[in-house]
Amino acid sequence: MGLGHVGCQGCAAALAMRYVLKALGEKTIVVLPACCWSVIAGPFPHSALKVPVLHSAFATGAVAASGVRAMLDVQGDRETTVLAWAGDGGTFDIGLQALSDAAERSENILYVCYDNEAYMNTGIQRSSVTPFGAWTTTTPAQTPKLEPKKDIIAIIAAHKIPYAATATVAYPEDLVKKVQKAKNIRGTRFIHILAPCPPGWKVPSELSVTLARLAVKTRLFPLYEVEHGKKYTINLVPESLPVREYLELQGRFSHLSEEQIKEIQDAVDAKWEELQRRAAYGV
Amino acid sequence: MAAKAEIAGQAAKTPTDIEHEELISGSEAIAHAVSLADVDVITAYPIRPYDTVMQYVAKMIANGDFDCEFIVAESEHSQFEIVKHASAVGARVFCGSSGVGWMYAFEALTVTPALRIPMVAMVGNRALDDPGAFGVEHNDALAVRDLGWMLIWVDNAQEALDTALIAYRVAENRKVFLPCAICTDGAFLTHSQYSVKVPSKAQVDRFLPPYKRDDLLLHPDNPITIAPQVNEDWVMEIRKQNDEAMKRAKGVIAEAYREFKEVFGRDYTNSMFIEEYMTDDAEIVLLGMGTISMPARVTVRKLREQGKKIGFVRLKWLRPFPTEELRKSLARFKAVGVIDRDYSFGSPSDGGVVFNEVRAALYPLAKRPLMSGFIAGLGGREVTIENITQMVEMLEKSVQIGKAEPETHWIGVRE
Repeated sequence: MGLGHVGCQGCAAALAMRYVLKALGEKTIVVLPACCWSVIAGPFPHSALKVPVLHSAFATGAVAASGVRAMLDVQGDRETTVLAWAGDGGTFDIGLQALSDAAERSENILYVCYDNEAYMNTGIQRSSVTPFGAWTTTTPAQTPKLEPKKDIIAIIAAHKIPYAATATVAYPEDLVKKVQKAKNIRGTRFIHILAPCPPGWKVPSELSVTLARLAVKTRLFPLYEVEHGKKYTINLVPESLPVREYLELQGRFSHLSEEQIKEIQDAVDAKWEELQRRAAYGV
Repeated sequence: MAAKAEIAGQAAKTPTDIEHEELISGSEAIAHAVSLADVDVITAYPIRPYDTVMQYVAKMIANGDFDCEFIVAESEHSQFEIVKHASAVGARVFCGSSGVGWMYAFEALTVTPALRIPMVAMVGNRALDDPGAFGVEHNDALAVRDLGWMLIWVDNAQEALDTALIAYRVAENRKVFLPCAICTDGAFLTHSQYSVKVPSKAQVDRFLPPYKRDDLLLHPDNPITIAPQVNEDWVMEIRKQNDEAMKRAKGVIAEAYREFKEVFGRDYTNSMFIEEYMTDDAEIVLLGMGTISMPARVTVRKLREQGKKIGFVRLKWLRPFPTEELRKSLARFKAVGVIDRDYSFGSPSDGGVVFNEVRAALYPLAKRPLMSGFIAGLGGREVTIENITQMVEMLEKSVQIGKAEPETHWIGVRE
């Protein structure tokens, strides 16, 4: 990735792409279903990316990659990594069916979802990834989203793919290590990157990395891997800060009541316990 | 056959080695063509009547007669997207669908010609839901007529096979680089058997050059971006390029038919875009697409026995539209009736799609035939000799009174 992307200041999705491509190297083809990254690389004739890119329809991340992979296989090219790079809407919502299908067929692709927890490119509308209690333009503060975020790793792990992992831009070494590990595995590989979005989360742009780190430290977004849908490995056991520290920095949560914050804390604690159980005993 | 060869202790000769004749359906004919064209990536998702082709492909692969990446996807949208992307990486591809399945893929069908992807697809024409019907209607394929798809309707299995080979040659010509859909009437062609001459692989190799993307190939050594955001700065220029490609397609199609005759010996050069039947001295002709030609030809023969000067014109390529050919042909007649196996509610004269397109093409002529539109055979309903005779009678009446009124008739509808 070169200079001159046109993402917003503090865009963690741009940073995430930089790390991922660093880890993958030049022998990479990127398929990019509609998402913030449709515009981040820059409009024609400019591009901040030095690898070939095929910009595709919203629902198609996984199958677009499957198509590219199919022909590389015909050509006998085992070296090139096919990277599907999709947002949370394109992964958890409109692209889930295609993703499930590619995983079921064990397509030899690396699928990365950068998750900014709403449809940011179109103007901050809720997705099924928007967390409980968050403001978006379709869930105003008076009527915030009351459903929890979908557990995409559990969904994808249920397909028994060889490798699934979470990562964030606040832990670049962990992220790069996971991408490199994924690169050397055959079959469908999935990495879920939490990517804070300053305008969408209503935070100053310099807080992107801080928030990504806090998401991990509050155990709201644990860093872990799942291999073959069975073997859970927690990569970092954080100090367990209260979720309040993560929530109170963000304008999208400023309307939350004490009760709601407690509800979120309880959910995080329960989830963490479940994750620990899985890591200890398997599924 | 294989068992016999085994008993004789001889290696079974694969049927692609030599030109031979087989009794096969329209779908099987296209599957043969796809195999002979050595397609790299094929995707499929079941819907009747298109799905017969994927079964034949799977069988050929299982029998070891054909080698390709064959992916059965989870939806039409995905199957079209898979081959679209494979094509960008240099794959010769095949895909297809029917009815609402084709419509489910509509987003993919939109971006494929816009990206100049030379995909070859088969549409097993089927009525759109609702209400449910398995039979033929042309509205599925017609839905993409404005988007840059080349569209051809064929009327028998031989033509289906031959046209599939021609479609690859035309679509993958760098002057064109547009997708092509071979439209085959559901049941009447997809599931009906015909005696078909299946060419040899050597003949096909002679006819079909390899698919080359050159500087447009998506590859790590050629780090281009395909389909970037361009906004108002470039959209018009890109649309114009597609327009020019579609215009060039006509010449490339004509060249392909001439070359086809040289290699395979079957001659379509006098009926490349339209095919005329008993029109030499005709005063009234009917025009239609696809297998409507069968009852139409029979009716023409019957009415000619009664001394009526009737003919039939089959429109083959709807895109690129043979404007000049149709003007030249149809200006000779007193009246033309267009049979539409489709509908276009609220359209000019409430007519069918083909009727309105043909009528528009004739508008600049100084001497125009009287024109009537006939909507018939929807949902796979049989268009009978009686139906077509009725159309001819209506045209005769319009000639008598010098006016086509009403302009559109629904034929064979129960009151």
